[in-house]
Amino acid sequence: MSLRIVVTVKYVPDATGDRHFAEDLTVDRDDVDGLLSELDEYAVEQALQIKEAADGEAEITVLTVGPEDAKDALRKALSMGADKAVHVEDDDLHGTDALGTSLVLAKALEHVGYDLVVSGMASTDGGMGVVPAMLAERLGVPQVTLLSEVKVEDGKVTGRRDGDAASEQLEASLPAVVSVTDQSGEARYPSFKGIMAAKKKPVESLDLSDLGLEAEEVGLEGAWTKVDEATERPARTAGTVVKDEGEGGKQLAEFLAGQKFI
Amino acid sequence: MAEVLVYVDHVDGAVRKPTLELLTLARRIGEPVAVHLGAGADAAAAVLGEYGAVKVLAADASEFADYLVAPKVDALEAAYNAVSPAAVLLPSSAEGKEIAARLAVRIGSGIITDAVDLEAGAEGPVATQSVFAASYSTKSRVTKGTPVITVKPNSAAPEAAQAAGTVEQLAVSFGEKSTGTKVVSRTPRESTGRPELTEAAIVVSGGRGVNGAENFSIIEALADSLGAAVGASRAAVDAGWYPHTNQVGQTGKSVSPQLYIAAGISGAIQHRAGMQTSKTIVAINKDAEAPIFDLVDYGVVGDLFEVVPQLTDEVKTRKG
Ligand SMILES: Cc1cc2nc3c(=O)[nH]c(=O)nc-3n(C[C@H](O)[C@H](O)[C@H](O)COP(=O)(O)OP(=O)(O)OC[C@H]3O[C@@H](n4cnc5c(N)ncnc54)[C@H](O)[C@@H]3O)c2cc1C
Ligand SMILES: Nc1ncnc2c1ncn2[C@@H]1O[C@H](COP(=O)(O)O)[C@@H](O)[C@H]1O
Repeated sequence: MSLRIVVTVKYVPDATGDRHFAEDLTVDRDDVDGLLSELDEYAVEQALQIKEAADGEAEITVLTVGPEDAKDALRKALSMGADKAVHVEDDDLHGTDALGTSLVLAKALEHVGYDLVVSGMASTDGGMGVVPAMLAERLGVPQVTLLSEVKVEDGKVTGRRDGDAASEQLEASLPAVVSVTDQSGEARYPSFKGIMAAKKKPVESLDLSDLGLEAEEVGLEGAWTKVDEATERPARTAGTVVKDEGEGGKQLAEFLAGQKFI
Repeated sequence: MAEVLVYVDHVDGAVRKPTLELLTLARRIGEPVAVHLGAGADAAAAVLGEYGAVKVLAADASEFADYLVAPKVDALEAAYNAVSPAAVLLPSSAEGKEIAARLAVRIGSGIITDAVDLEAGAEGPVATQSVFAASYSTKSRVTKGTPVITVKPNSAAPEAAQAAGTVEQLAVSFGEKSTGTKVVSRTPRESTGRPELTEAAIVVSGGRGVNGAENFSIIEALADSLGAAVGASRAAVDAGWYPHTNQVGQTGKSVSPQLYIAAGISGAIQHRAGMQTSKTIVAINKDAEAPIFDLVDYGVVGDLFEVVPQLTDEVKTRKG
């Protein structure tokens, strides 16, 4: 049977844009362009490479939980070469936190069916880097996360995790949840052919009731955490910038001494 | 007083500094109870007690090293059941966040990651976070269950406050699903003798401007003169000039030192995300328009190959 790979991708506000909070202290998505989280492109890339290594004996589904515009992220992933897409979209999802997102994703994964889940290392907006571990916990399958190298063979996933104290070689049986880092290899650009083909690929839409979830379990009301306050950090007071005229290093040393660093 | 669980980050019983910071912050909320997994609990207990741990719950089993993350969640869950704490604190390392994430799901509690400060509030602990590449600061709290909070290194100055630090054995049974991911082999990182990047009081980072692996010796020399850790931008890491473990930024380490020196780094948003909470920021860049200069307390527009060695010499002279 062919390997069922599901890649979880997030639609995020562009990090180079001027991101801010809406009145209800959720991320304001109106003023900043959205895109497929760059860190999830690495996940799509690894899924494509796993499929190629299996001589095409795999089907890649991209899955997102997000607003209407999140379709753009799915299209991008489809144009890179994924086969089909699933979009969980529901007005009641507004303001869902990581625990809620992982709940919805877990239900959607069970609905779609999977042998291998591939996630990014963190989303570029919230950036908690917790959803893959939460998915493994909820689904009750092995967690093989933060891989800089990944391979699937004979019903097993293996990979290298470069941690703080050591580099580890990991191994687990499928089904499993994998996350990959930006060290796993550059993501491909969609080809013109890929972009055209993506337009014809199926995108399934699901809402909360399709997944057997209640509105109270998710969204801002169902959230497990609450942001009470968000304040824009005062711009750093303009510092001194000098041009090096041959004494730049010494001037810098003088500054550091004044600050008691030397 | 309510107890607060603190997950101990250690190397064979040598407690790492972020844990002492956690103990210090935990005391604002309740009585710290440390959870020590793996070897060396007795050695660790002396230090943990010195920084306020009333108790040290210890468990040692081969599962902690042989399988990824999940066995530690089993242990923390056992500690949670034994203590019924007011909060659970962990370091914001990659592993710390993953343990926290799974524990939160398991005990049905909300989670906050990457806190930079923590205080007691009327409705439970209030965590300060720095978001959108540190352009915003937020205050949040957990509204369901027992708050599970991970805290970034350098968020508090460790303060000693002697407590008993009595070691108690923690009984842990490992779920079948917790031994699914085998650690087949482990290659420890070689120590450079320099301070740990995330814990260092001073960080000196080099970027694309350093222009070659061999030139990183200039950055290292400055770092050594100041007793600092060495960091690198992703451009320098991608070029193969410096190891990825030293990368500062969104997909590298997040640092918050007293002093951050950036040499030959432009200051892209993803780099800023990992260093913008540094107390004092200094940059050396030959392009006066580089965005890094928007952040600096002191900047030198110039060639790093001139400025950095001169600075290193001057530091050495002044330090005698
Ligand atoms: C999803 C994602 C995640 C990322 N994560 C990270 C991350 O974690 N960390 C990170 O750093 N980046 C990250 N990046 C990359 C980031 O966008 C920038 O490309 C990177 O930070 C640039 O590194 P740099 O400043 O060294 O190089 P450049 O932007 O090329 O800047 C080099 C600077 O050196 C100066 N210079 C050159 N020669 C000299 C000299 N002789 N003397 C003085 N100055 C000189 C130049 O004027 C220039 O300003 C990420 C990008 C993406 C898309
Ligand atoms: N709303 C979402 N929809 C689909 N996948 C997501 C979503 N949020 C997070 N993920 C996945 O989880 C990874 C880690 O996200 P996070 O824990 O938010 O940093 C991302 O790289 C995605 O693969």
